[in-house]
Amino acid sequence: MAARARPLSPHLQVYRLPLVAIMSITHRITGLGLAIGTILLAVWLGGGAYSPKAYAAVSGFLGSWLGYLLLFGWSVALYFHLCNGIRHLFWDVGKGFELPDARRANGIVLVSTVVLTAATWIAVVAR
Amino acid sequence: MALRSPLGRVRGLGSAKEGVNHFWHQRLTAVALVPLSIWFVVSVVSLAGADFATYHAWIALPGNTTLMILLIAMVFYHGALGVQVVLEDYVHNEATKLVSLIVMKFAALLLAVFSAVAVLRVAFAGG
Repeated sequence: MAARARPLSPHLQVYRLPLVAIMSITHRITGLGLAIGTILLAVWLGGGAYSPKAYAAVSGFLGSWLGYLLLFGWSVALYFHLCNGIRHLFWDVGKGFELPDARRANGIVLVSTVVLTAATWIAVVAR
Repeated sequence: MALRSPLGRVRGLGSAKEGVNHFWHQRLTAVALVPLSIWFVVSVVSLAGADFATYHAWIALPGNTTLMILLIAMVFYHGALGVQVVLEDYVHNEATKLVSLIVMKFAALLLAVFSAVAVLRVAFAGG
């Protein structure tokens, strides 16, 4: 039996992903980013347990432009993963599969992500 | 050598009774992380720029110690379950997959235990 090239569908290179599919892969990417980000959580807690010097070093790094950039990226990823994750939980119980529901959920997730991220950083700046 | 197909061999034996474990644990930790991650972000924002003593006083409060330990347990378990799926989906070489899964699980456990010890040490021994 000769292996024949069989058609694949939907083929990722020619298929324009709908927004809900882009958000699905973004959910995975942000999850991976957050998992790597847990190293920062361990470093922060570790610094707090070792010595004032270690704590100051971690705080100094987090307060640098690179630290803020990482924290900003982390906050966006966290809020997206949180909001889209709640939508996945609705899917898990069989709700929200109709196209209008899915489109509405897209909007809710994206707007919530932006609003929560903005609110968080406004709170940081206001302190 | 058995000429029966893998499906033929397992048919009639019933399920292994653990098929939904991964799925279910990922959802349970996800639900737990909804309030925990919101508490975490609010806490981190309130701690922005805090010095060593302020951090110690904060983490040593029993409520904060409890929630941080729960967050650590849920985050690293949820993260390990998530990264496991990503590795299983995209790493096609069996040996590489097995090794990367083991390394990832050990790393998650190491970071989780280290984070928990760091929190408990400050809470009980004052750092």
